[in-house]
Amino acid sequence: MNQSTFLQILPFIILSAGIVVAILVEIFTTKGKALLPAFFSVLFLANSLLSLAQINVSSNLYQMLALGGKAAFFNFIFSIGALIAVMSSVNYVKKYGANFGEYYILLASSVLGMMLMAGALDLFVVFLGLEVMSINFYILAGINRKKKTANEASLKYFLLGAFATGFVVYGIGLIYGSAGNTNLNFIINNFTRLLKMPLFVIGLGLFFVGFSFKIAAFPFHMWVPDVYQGAATSVTGLMSTIGKAAAFSVLIFAISPVTFNGAEHIFRPYFATLAILSTLYASIVAIAQTNLKRMLAYSSIVHAGYMSIGLAAGNVYSVAGIIFYLAAYTFMNLGAFGVIAIVEDENDGKTDLKAFAGLHKKNPMLAGFMALFMFALAGIPPLAGFFGKYYVFVGAIKQNLLYLALVGITASLISVYFYLRVVVYMYFKDEEEDFEIKTDYPGMFAVLVSGIFVLIFGVFPSILMKLITSVLR
Amino acid sequence: MIHVSLTHYLVVSAFLFSFGLYGVVTRKNAVMVLMGIELILNSANINFVAFSKFGNYGLNGQIMALFVIILAAAEAAIALAIVLNIYKTFAHVDVDKINNLKE
Repeated sequence: MNQSTFLQILPFIILSAGIVVAILVEIFTTKGKALLPAFFSVLFLANSLLSLAQINVSSNLYQMLALGGKAAFFNFIFSIGALIAVMSSVNYVKKYGANFGEYYILLASSVLGMMLMAGALDLFVVFLGLEVMSINFYILAGINRKKKTANEASLKYFLLGAFATGFVVYGIGLIYGSAGNTNLNFIINNFTRLLKMPLFVIGLGLFFVGFSFKIAAFPFHMWVPDVYQGAATSVTGLMSTIGKAAAFSVLIFAISPVTFNGAEHIFRPYFATLAILSTLYASIVAIAQTNLKRMLAYSSIVHAGYMSIGLAAGNVYSVAGIIFYLAAYTFMNLGAFGVIAIVEDENDGKTDLKAFAGLHKKNPMLAGFMALFMFALAGIPPLAGFFGKYYVFVGAIKQNLLYLALVGITASLISVYFYLRVVVYMYFKDEEEDFEIKTDYPGMFAVLVSGIFVLIFGVFPSILMKLITSVLR
Repeated sequence: MIHVSLTHYLVVSAFLFSFGLYGVVTRKNAVMVLMGIELILNSANINFVAFSKFGNYGLNGQIMALFVIILAAAEAAIALAIVLNIYKTFAHVDVDKINNLKE
């Protein structure tokens, strides 16, 4: 292993060592709760900078793990996202009654799993990363073990998640049996030959179904609303953004035969169906939701649908669009959940629309940021969410999939209604519930950072887009 | 004396997978659902080992089966902890009755 490879796996080493150190701190001192947020913030910041520095150098570790390039870009998103999540957790977990050191250790371990998934060059590593991420999420969802809601979310997430993992493992087994190898590059290079084997097709199908659970697309979405509503708000923010990005990073790699080898578009019917069903179904159901966390859960299904449009198109342009979209979505959704985490009270209350009525008068800054995130999620032009959708839809049109782009546009028109309703409640309604909002510096910092990223990616999308296209070459 | 070939293993594993699937979908007790998930994971293990033996693909498949066993054990540990918490807060483990979150 030469020096540059060592530099490139440094983020993994730093995070793994950090987790071990954090466990020791938690065991041998009583200061874990106070120290760990700052400790992991510094680690994630260092990791994001290290990953950003290695984006242009690409290599791999024993054909198992891709380093640099696309993987480094995803690691950058994961690290920044995790940093924001840690910041918005600091005060929230105290309110939520889950101020344990383990919380941060589990959070960091889940990020380690995501980094493995984004860099996976072998089905072993995909599976390992998926499990490391999911198992930590199951615990994080139920981190307060005295709350009924948290326990229910945890159980539902576990049952459906483990079920999906079963599909993925069985699929990997069949793929291994027909290809004789678990190396992803080998499978992609022999893709057209392997496609003639029925076992391979079945395996690939099961693999995709398993991952469709993880990205929360329509026929496999039944766990999403309950889990997102019942889990702690900061955890929901984490798993709806970078958790989804990690699952998409694997899918993007899996459809690369379409992108680079010119193989027949065999994935198209599957992903087109997912896209149409998720966008239309979830955007209509979201209108009926009054709980903001539940509404954002449906909104996350809609966004998974938009990204599936990109997967169905499968050209370089739409893949770049998906990655842009994932980056933009990470910041706007984490920001929105950050605001909800600040407004929420001790007993899971104040997460419905009524609590946000008249927020403008109580806390103009918080209301302003929430409005920014809602506009971004709705896809109003000069914000990050608009360009994410724009690139994905243009990718679809370039592939002569005009109908998918039209479905996407229809769904975004419908979804403007429920995003703007939040803004209307905040600015044009009088407050219905008299309560005080206690802001805290770390929480506000998280919201501020997300807001800045949403604005930067919206006003100067070409910065991010250039970076992504350079990574995809 | 029947000659046991790859197909036999694949059929057994497909049956196990289906039984697991059936168990997950129909059982109400959380522990039984968990057993269904274990069946699915172990059916995949049979596949891995059978392919590794009959396909002359080296030891990759056997190692993968070990991976799956280890991670399934971790998963089972987490699952039992979750089920225990469910029992403490709900006083039952009936999956169908645990839906307070729907409005």
